Amino acid sequence: MTIISAGGGAQDIAERPVRRGRLTGAVPTAFVGLIVPAVLALGWEAAVALGWSQGRLMPPPSRILATLWDLAQSGDLLVHVLATLWRVGAGFLFGVLAGTALGALTGYLTAARRLLDPTFQALRSIPSIAWVPLFILWFGIFETSKVILIAVGVFFPVYLATSGAIMGVDRKLVEVGRIFRLSGPQLVWRVLLPATLPAYLIALRTGLGLGWMFVVAAEFMGASEGLGFLLVDGQMTGQPQIILAAIVAFAVLGKLTDGLLAAASRPLLRWQDGFRPEG
Amino acid sequence: MLTIESLSKRYPNGHLALTGIDLTVRPGEILGVVGGSGCGKSTLLRIVSGLEAATTGRVTLNGTAVTAPREEIGFVFQEPRLMPWLSVRDNVAFGIRHLPRAEQAARTEEALRRVGLIDFAGAWPRQLSGGMAQRAALARALVGRPSVMLLDEPFSALDALTRYDLQDHLLHLWSFERPTMILVTHDIEEALVLCDRIVVMQPGPGRVQTIATPPLSRPRDRADPLFEDWKHRLLGELSRSFRERHSGDEAFPAAAI
Ligand SMILES: Nc1ncnc2c1ncn2[C@@H]1O[C@H](COP(=O)(O)OP(=O)(O)OP(=O)(O)O)[C@@H](O)[C@H]1O
Ligand SMILES: [Mg+2]
Repeated sequence: MTIISAGGGAQDIAERPVRRGRLTGAVPTAFVGLIVPAVLALGWEAAVALGWSQGRLMPPPSRILATLWDLAQSGDLLVHVLATLWRVGAGFLFGVLAGTALGALTGYLTAARRLLDPTFQALRSIPSIAWVPLFILWFGIFETSKVILIAVGVFFPVYLATSGAIMGVDRKLVEVGRIFRLSGPQLVWRVLLPATLPAYLIALRTGLGLGWMFVVAAEFMGASEGLGFLLVDGQMTGQPQIILAAIVAFAVLGKLTDGLLAAASRPLLRWQDGFRPEG
Repeated sequence: MLTIESLSKRYPNGHLALTGIDLTVRPGEILGVVGGSGCGKSTLLRIVSGLEAATTGRVTLNGTAVTAPREEIGFVFQEPRLMPWLSVRDNVAFGIRHLPRAEQAARTEEALRRVGLIDFAGAWPRQLSGGMAQRAALARALVGRPSVMLLDEPFSALDALTRYDLQDHLLHLWSFERPTMILVTHDIEEALVLCDRIVVMQPGPGRVQTIATPPLSRPRDRADPLFEDWKHRLLGELSRSFRERHSGDEAFPAAAI
């Protein structure tokens, strides 16, 4: 559709995305966040260099980076990272699928909610790590039990948010859908889905965060590769720099995947009339 | 022709909201419904729209019973109720998605022009003022060219100046296809400016008290002495309805009213 508004004006303003903080704001903002870690790292580096501390149990940043470099050079880092990424990815996928399907079901159908929700709420109160021994007995010590544990961790936040978001959809908007005679699937697609999207996307990020938490637990229970294995290995062989290298890798990957998810959801949520603190 | 026959509504909690409503609305007529809070105006409108089922009686439009929302019946709520995730243009087109694309685009553009929002077609609802949002809601209701428009206090959340503006605007919009309109309002002036006949409702349970047909020429002139005269008459009717409601009420002796 081509609608040319005479004189530009309102439409132009309306359609121009707000780009605040992309060029002018973002860079200094990111720098501000880096000040504290940078000062701490440099301080520790200096303390070890000046001989105030041996840095044997708490290696300085330079040694951690060197360890990471060595691991990367030998190709080990990639192997561990890929193993962990695969587990998180698979667990996240299954957890999200199950959480979305069951959350949608219980949110949409009162009967399903009455039937299923109490069970899920009860299961949710069990610390998920408590399942580990049982999962090992049932699914063995290899990939299946790891992926299932991660999926369980991802499931609950996604389930809760999906179900809650659907129940919380503004009844008034649903009524507009009824006035325009939307069928059940049309109502889902054109009203319920967009209305629940913001809460759902945040739930995905929460779920992903839990996925990263649970992959560590999963890899503690016997793994021969993965960043969690690297943690255990560093402990066994008394090399704190390996533990810290793995922790740094976790931090980077966690932040990166969350950032990707956030970036992917941003264009879907441009309509939101939320509080925008930056700027 | 829209007819409402011996309609009553009892809500599931046992509350009798409406009883014995009989009304006939001519094609193209603008019917006002005024009355105090809780006398069943919204309930009546929701039943006519098909959103709510009647307990007894029925609503028919051109001979067929209205039991569910219909394409020929448009509804404007007190709040704009725009979908916040759709642009103004897509909100207006919300109800005509079954039409061919070109038709959708043409009708949407025409509706946006009529309500003066063509420059805001690409805006998000959050970027509109209250009056603009309500105009978008009017456009959304009108774009399907309904033969009946139901409006439930559409301007009551707006300031007086915006309200006057939108009242004129509503008449302008009505003049194109001349749909039958039922306008619920608590503003007697609004009813007098817009309506051919005015139904005064009475609470407890909600029923028709009188139907007034003010002999005012169009365009209505708020400064006309006859206008003032009718305003006072209707106010008198309304306060009578309250007095009746409270008669026999110990805590509310007649002398006090
Ligand atoms: N869903 C419901 N369940 C039970 N009672 C209801 C329901 N909706 C409305 N009522 C009752 O029915 C009566 C009429 O309500 P209604 O909303 O139709 O009044 P109204 O004339 O539109 O009032 P207002 O001017 O305040 O909008 C009120 O007493 C209200 O409490
Ligand atoms: Mg009402």
